[in-house]
Amino acid sequence: MHELALMEEVRRLAEERVAAEGAHRIHRLHLRVGSMAGVDPQALAFAFEVVMQGGAAEGATLRLEVVPTACFCGQCGEAFTPSDVIFACPRCGTLSRRILRGQELELASLEIS
Amino acid sequence: MCRDCSCGLPEAPPRRTVVLEAGLLARNDHQATHNRQRFEALQLPVVNVLSAPGSGKTALLEALSRRWNGRVGVIVGDLATDNDARRLRGAGADAVQITTGQVCHLEASMVERAFQQLDPASLDLLLIENVGNLVCPAAFDLGEGRRLVLMAAGEGEDKPLKYPALFKSADAIVITKIDLAAAVAFEREQALANLAQVAPQARIFEVSARTGEGLEALMTWLGADPSRG
Repeated sequence: MHELALMEEVRRLAEERVAAEGAHRIHRLHLRVGSMAGVDPQALAFAFEVVMQGGAAEGATLRLEVVPTACFCGQCGEAFTPSDVIFACPRCGTLSRRILRGQELELASLEIS
Repeated sequence: MCRDCSCGLPEAPPRRTVVLEAGLLARNDHQATHNRQRFEALQLPVVNVLSAPGSGKTALLEALSRRWNGRVGVIVGDLATDNDARRLRGAGADAVQITTGQVCHLEASMVERAFQQLDPASLDLLLIENVGNLVCPAAFDLGEGRRLVLMAAGEGEDKPLKYPALFKSADAIVITKIDLAAAVAFEREQALANLAQVAPQARIFEVSARTGEGLEALMTWLGADPSRG
């Protein structure tokens, strides 16, 4: 479980940006997490509370956007959302090897003042 | 003055939204790209080896090191102890231990530092034995050329279904301890079917480090030159 380490990187990125903007407080953080990114949203939310203490984002709210997995079917030429861990195209059954979305781990935006 | 309640406190500065779109793994990815460029310049094949604890990573790497024609370097990650590096040196590998403490995976910067302890020009193959863990290491690019994921016969035929992200990231998957298959009632067909569905991109090898079964095919995939044998 590396959610704490990831959240420390969130804090580093956020505080670097808030300083560069000449601001002092972070009110809201928007994180984007793919459903295949290998992190647990609950563990991230817990890590957020712990890691942000004593910094510009203490008391801030966390918006955790979970990005569903999307694959591309080479046979049909279309994207689809797999229903489980087997990425079979719902139209033709071909197993997709191309993942379009679902691996994101991003700090999307900050609300600051 | 605060416009809400005339409380006399200075007005709070206005809030604004700034967009970052910053990847949380960007620093690791950047270092991994450097590692990859270095390995490619050296024409050194590098394989990241991942599995659960106890799936037989070290035994497999020992067997490969003994049979390989040429120098094998191994960078081995564990939370504590250098037992694995000592085992691998005993098998003839140039082994460097990384003890990660509480860190559940290897990162590209750890590999870069460990690689400085090896003589790059002497190596024909570099194997990176990741920390035993089927979740976290999947997300960390080390700069490897290829990824090898292990699962032991008897570990549970549904491992690929439970930990899909790691198996989907594999270039090849090795079913280890295949000599124990009968003793542990390993349902081989079911395991292969699960792997084919979850990880259709991966080559599958069935290997016993103890008897040597299947090692030749794996070594060919790793780039062993049979003419040097």
